[in-house]
Amino acid sequence: MKSLTTFMDSFGAILLAIIWIAPLLFAFWAATHSTSDAVNLNLFSPWTLDNFRVAWAGAPWLKYFLNTFMLVTVILIGQFVLTTLAGFAFAQLDFPGKDYVFILVLMQLFILPEVLIVENYAMISRLGLFDTILGVGMPYMASAFGIFLMRQAFKGVPIELHEAARIEGCGLLGILWRVYVPLAKPTYLAYALVSVSTHWNNFLWPLIVTNSPDTRPLTVGLSIFGAPENGVDISIISAATLMSVAPLLIAFLIFQRQFVQAFLRAGIK
Amino acid sequence: MSAHANLERRRQAIYGWLLLSPAAVLLTLFAFYPSVATLWSSLFSRGTRRNPTEFVGTENYAELFADPTFWIVVKNNLLYAGVTIPVSIFIALSMALWANGKIRARGFVRTAYFTPTVLPMIAAANLWLFFYTPGLGVLDQIGSLFGLPSVNWLGQPETALWAIIIVTIWKEAGFFMIFYLAALQTIPEDLKEAADIEGTSRWTYTRRIVLPLLMPTTLFIAVNAMINSVKLIDHLFILTKGGPSDASKLILYYIWEMAFAFFDAPSAAAMTIMVIAVLGIVAAIQFFYLDKRTHYQ
Repeated sequence: MKSLTTFMDSFGAILLAIIWIAPLLFAFWAATHSTSDAVNLNLFSPWTLDNFRVAWAGAPWLKYFLNTFMLVTVILIGQFVLTTLAGFAFAQLDFPGKDYVFILVLMQLFILPEVLIVENYAMISRLGLFDTILGVGMPYMASAFGIFLMRQAFKGVPIELHEAARIEGCGLLGILWRVYVPLAKPTYLAYALVSVSTHWNNFLWPLIVTNSPDTRPLTVGLSIFGAPENGVDISIISAATLMSVAPLLIAFLIFQRQFVQAFLRAGIK
Repeated sequence: MSAHANLERRRQAIYGWLLLSPAAVLLTLFAFYPSVATLWSSLFSRGTRRNPTEFVGTENYAELFADPTFWIVVKNNLLYAGVTIPVSIFIALSMALWANGKIRARGFVRTAYFTPTVLPMIAAANLWLFFYTPGLGVLDQIGSLFGLPSVNWLGQPETALWAIIIVTIWKEAGFFMIFYLAALQTIPEDLKEAADIEGTSRWTYTRRIVLPLLMPTTLFIAVNAMINSVKLIDHLFILTKGGPSDASKLILYYIWEMAFAFFDAPSAAAMTIMVIAVLGIVAAIQFFYLDKRTHYQ
């Protein structure tokens, strides 16, 4: 009886798992076969890499990759600097008005940048950052979520270390750099993974702010490439889609434990 | 001594504000100022060459309430949230119970569940196109095996929103599973042992012990899912563009369309303000709830 329920559990779990990755498997199937074989599900048809070749030639993918890479890097660096400074101020310094500012910061958690697209677009244009990678990244740098995360990490640092560094003659920024930042390494890693995968995947805001292949990230490039008016077929779209998710997907498959833990750490606020 | 303490306090205040200022400037530029500006511009008329903008009070809101598309979009979004939130929570819970149990191929199962989370929604939509395309799509192929007629899942008003809903559930369930997995691992082993000694059935154990203990996690996930039900619209751009005849249009897509396709910024602003108000209420509930939880700890 017991082994039967275990078997049923395994069966159900694996069945759901297969359903869950089926879209990805089908895309892989479609991308590696000719279009007519793919849509007719000819199981014994020959494999081909032609679709990848056609898809690769169809758009400046290298530029898109580079743009996405630059974008996530710029955002991550900005987030690290800004949230470290602000998180430290909230965690370890005491000054009048701090609590009010903190509540204001937390309000950003529900004022989603996604909802403020119209005014943010106007702001980016006013700053002269329209159609620049910095313009895509800037609204996400002072992330309330990141500030909160760093504040929690810094609060966990024993005050004795702070005192010891001060007695050694370390200034406030020196203490932050030499004591707090190294101790918060796991938090930085978790935050980095969540931030990179979020912004690698972001679409709506980059769609609005970018205008040219020189700044467009992968997601926007992919949506233009796959538009029906471009007349590309399903095998080629699949190839392009797999190409653009490959780096993140491979990274995920290699570092899945870290990914999962990062989402957990970041999620339990 | 008190002079020294004073000096120290002032030093902390200066340092505090200096460290906060970069983040404060950006938050002001991209969150606080835009919120206020949105509220402000929602009170003005749409400017044209002949008629410059003028203050119209709540007229934009009244117009929006009179716009039938607005109500279709609100209804769509309510249905979207009302289906995706409970279904993805239920699937996430099942996934977590399985992925936490002693089953075969556990590593594969966990990875498979979580994989959609790391894919861009745009890419996910492309993958699903392969399922939904009439005639060629996998769903139609399977249907034709059973002699079912071809269905244009994305092209007809009855099914378009449901097709979008399914993609969203697929994308979100694995993400929520992670939180349940974490919560499950905090449940002490001896509860299970005690239940086994008592001869409690697995179903009773799950219903009477596991589910109540997961309640805080469920609430946390529900709040996140509510916020996501406004945010997750990328697949509309690939799959339906809100159509056919607005059947799958969601509120954020409508805001985007108003502002960047119809160039009607005041209407977009009025809708934005309403979304912020609703999310604000959700956030208030969350703060209230989190408050209570820290109280009990």
